[in-house]
Amino acid sequence: MPTDTWVDGVTPEPGVAKPDPILVVDGVTRRFGGLKAVDVEHVEFQRGAITALIGPNGAGKTTFFNLLTGFDRPDAGTWTFDGRRMAGMAAHKVARIGMVRTFQLTKALSRLTVMENMKLGATKQKGESFARALLPPLWRKQERGIEDRAADLLARFKLDNKRDDFAGTLSGGQRKLLEMARALMVQPDIVMLDEPMAGVNPALTQSLLGHVKDLRTQGMSVLFVEHDMDVVRDISDWVVVMAEGKIISEGTPDHIGQDRKVIDAYLGASHDAPTTPEEEQRQLAEAEAALDAETAEREQLQP
Amino acid sequence: MIRILVLAAMGCVLLLPATAAQAQQQEGGEAIRGTIVQRPEEGDPVPVPGVDIAVTTGDGEDVGTVTTAEDGSYALELPGPGDYSATLVAETLPEDVQLTDPDRATLEFTIRPGQSRPLLYPLGEAESVGGRFAAFMSRALQLAVEGIKFGLIIAMTAVGLSLIFGTTGLVNFAHGELVTFGAIAAWIINVTFGVHFFLAAILAMGVGALAGGLLDRGLWAPLRRRGTGLIAMLVISIGLSILLRYSFLYFFGGRTRPYGQYAVQRAIEIGPIGIAPKDIIAIVLSLLVLVGVGLILQRTKIGKAMRAVADNRDLAESSGINVERVILFVWAFGAALATLGGVMLGLGEQVSWQMGFQLLLLMFAGVTLGGLGTAYGALLGSIVVGLFIQMSTLVISPELKNVGALLVLIFILLVRPQGILGQAERVG
Amino acid sequence: MNWEFILGRSLSSAIGSDAAVFALAAIGLNLHFGYTGLLNFGQVAFMALGAYGLSVTVATLGLSLWWGIPIGLALSVTLALLLGLPTLRLRADYLAIVTIAASEIVRFVARSVSMRGVTGGSFGLSGFADEFYAVNPIPGGSYGFGVVQFSARALWVIAVAWGLVAIISLMVYVLMHSPWGRVLRSIREDEDAARSLGKNVYSYKMQSLVLGGLFGTIGGFMYAISQQSVQPDTYSTPVTFYCYAIIILGGTARVLGPVLGSMIFWGLLSFTDTALRQAVGAGYIPTAIMDGTQVGQSRFVLLGLGLMLLMIFRPQGILGDRREIALDAH
Repeated sequence: MPTDTWVDGVTPEPGVAKPDPILVVDGVTRRFGGLKAVDVEHVEFQRGAITALIGPNGAGKTTFFNLLTGFDRPDAGTWTFDGRRMAGMAAHKVARIGMVRTFQLTKALSRLTVMENMKLGATKQKGESFARALLPPLWRKQERGIEDRAADLLARFKLDNKRDDFAGTLSGGQRKLLEMARALMVQPDIVMLDEPMAGVNPALTQSLLGHVKDLRTQGMSVLFVEHDMDVVRDISDWVVVMAEGKIISEGTPDHIGQDRKVIDAYLGASHDAPTTPEEEQRQLAEAEAALDAETAEREQLQP
Repeated sequence: MIRILVLAAMGCVLLLPATAAQAQQQEGGEAIRGTIVQRPEEGDPVPVPGVDIAVTTGDGEDVGTVTTAEDGSYALELPGPGDYSATLVAETLPEDVQLTDPDRATLEFTIRPGQSRPLLYPLGEAESVGGRFAAFMSRALQLAVEGIKFGLIIAMTAVGLSLIFGTTGLVNFAHGELVTFGAIAAWIINVTFGVHFFLAAILAMGVGALAGGLLDRGLWAPLRRRGTGLIAMLVISIGLSILLRYSFLYFFGGRTRPYGQYAVQRAIEIGPIGIAPKDIIAIVLSLLVLVGVGLILQRTKIGKAMRAVADNRDLAESSGINVERVILFVWAFGAALATLGGVMLGLGEQVSWQMGFQLLLLMFAGVTLGGLGTAYGALLGSIVVGLFIQMSTLVISPELKNVGALLVLIFILLVRPQGILGQAERVG
Repeated sequence: MNWEFILGRSLSSAIGSDAAVFALAAIGLNLHFGYTGLLNFGQVAFMALGAYGLSVTVATLGLSLWWGIPIGLALSVTLALLLGLPTLRLRADYLAIVTIAASEIVRFVARSVSMRGVTGGSFGLSGFADEFYAVNPIPGGSYGFGVVQFSARALWVIAVAWGLVAIISLMVYVLMHSPWGRVLRSIREDEDAARSLGKNVYSYKMQSLVLGGLFGTIGGFMYAISQQSVQPDTYSTPVTFYCYAIIILGGTARVLGPVLGSMIFWGLLSFTDTALRQAVGAGYIPTAIMDGTQVGQSRFVLLGLGLMLLMIFRPQGILGDRREIALDAH
């Protein structure tokens, strides 16, 4: 596969340069109280590739996502997307320039229909300005175009028979699908998926994986957070490992599977007794995150 | 000597129009009149001659200026009935004399046809700059004490509000009614059943705790089990607030009523401030109760459990805390404190059917200032609110004191949205 | 018990000017709370600005009544901006506290002695609505059927107020079926999701706050005109709560929810009042249990109870969709 050839020339070490990076991060840090949740010196993400971001609970992956997409402000640091400086940009502008994210806890807009969820994703809608909204002839035509595009995507994601149902009635897996399809309505260059497989039943996992691979085929870059190493091995071209806020390792999935540091990060955290106050706090954060994930799953399993 | 002569001459000159005015008055003309005198603490009033009083119509049109005569008297004929405003020109007063209330240099009044209206300008001896400062300081001190007392009352009622929000997420709009309920319960025990005030207050706390517990068991716990949304619960609490408030009005009536004991007490002087003994007891008691609340939260098992549930409900539940039982306790505990706050408020200002509702906004202010959902924040925030409300009357009109407090609330939300003690949260 | 009289009075209230005024304010609140999810607890402040904007313009400044309309609307926009700028970025409950505080600030200031020259202090203002009644095209006399009778003046106010309700409802209908309305509803559901899809959530919340506030202000104009006087204590916090009761009764996030809700609210309030008064008068209810003044109080007890029961057992209101409410799990 042509997409995989670039990895041959890249040394698997933290912060290594990529041949054609779409996203370059420099010195981004974020503290919560005394805890440094994110402390990334340098990392690059390859254009047109699927990059997995893994790490033990509480490693700062979601916070890192929040910072990159404008949902949180870093204490320091800069990053560029397609050569454009991003620090300080509001979340909605980040989305408009082509960097779209999903959430760990799926955010289906429950009391909007599946079709309305989809149409919301389209950008540059004339009817979204107050004055023009009052005059439907000004936006009807565009709306029909958006609807057609949404219908195509829904068919691809096999949600077309649900188009007029409230999104809140979908199953957990269907919501994940809807969220991904909705993100595509934005026509992004990079899609950032926060645990796209969490709480999805095994039957749907394969279908979701297929959709993620499709994104790459269509020329989009994908960055996703995941726990399941099987999933990571199956679809990602490159893996970035975070622990305690830092990037501790990078490489192909095969390389990462054998990296001692990675294994230590995963096992060490849960086996050693807490030694320092920071350590204890970190373990507490992990426990909380695990709890969050659990409640999220429980919520998503509800019909 | 020369000055006196000139003044006397001027007085003579000015007497002429004055007499003319008096003459006209008999024909039904409109006028103002009066005598400017200074009343020393001992002895007869002393007339003050040579003082200018400038009169304008209600629309600000100049009518004329009149100067007091040797005997301090003045009179000015007015063009007709209507609204007027008369200003005593303070600069024309002798150096050792000043208006007792400088805000009343300008008087606004309405003249009916044919009316000759006397104006009153009370004068006193001018105080030295040092004396004025001392007076200001003693007033500030007095207000600070009142502010602390009021702040402690708000704090007592706000702890429950804050704990309920922390443990259940409910913004309880009916919390003010718990305050009123407690105050009325104490009033009934005290006045209707003739139990002494102290015992009545303690019994009322028990009744209040019971009512709080019943509210949780009978209303809120079932709603939580049904999975009712927080906003729906908030609206239900508004309904409950209206229901209870008008029930109080229905059964207790619209009058304010005092407790059987300690209703009126003579203030005792402590240094520069005057304070009623009941207020001293109220302050000391509030402090003791709030320290007790702190100890309960900090030291006891149930207190730690309350803070744990407020901090992170899921984590608390997974570590074996019976969350529903803790919430029940929070309601009983919060209602008992609200009762005590209500009783103390009723002791100072009498018991009325909407006393709690009037306090609700200030409780919100206290809780928000301190940081939503933190019990200590609510304590600190409430005391700040109480102090601010009372102290602000040093510079603004007392009827606007709550406006000042609410503006400060909005301002603090602007610069420090997490409140004084709250911590910034993680997003997403 | 004269049932014809009781029902006639209830019907008069249901179609009267108060019902139209509260429908206007509730339409604005529905835009905030029902469609955008904004917890505005100070809708009454927008009504007060309308009422005072109009009456101060005429009674204090001596300008024409028609100048009062742009002045009131400008005040309303200013208040919405002042409230929204600091709070719309914060958690939803902060807006609730700030708006309720602001509505009390407006009332306190209006009734203060220092503002007596402008707002008339606690006495308020009156005698400013003549120009409105001067353009009344309805010839004098009494209109109606049976016990439902309106004077030409009352009918003129009612016609204008309900006309405004119709126009504004139509406007809300068009807006809510447009992409603009879709963005508002998405913010209500989850503002982070809306943001992640490129919507400027802050700007939309502000637009919603301003527009809904303006509807409240228009309600305030009509309230002042229909009563021909403005008193500060008419505009206190419970008015906002009644607006909430109205939209929940009619059905939140329904275009006609506030309209139907307001008619039923005022009809029921009048019904219980007249019926209880007649029952007390006829001796069906002994005065030991309820006397004349307690009738007025008891209907508010029932109002509170009704609001609670409605929210517990039929939160979707009359026009609402049960399916939607079942989804409101958080």
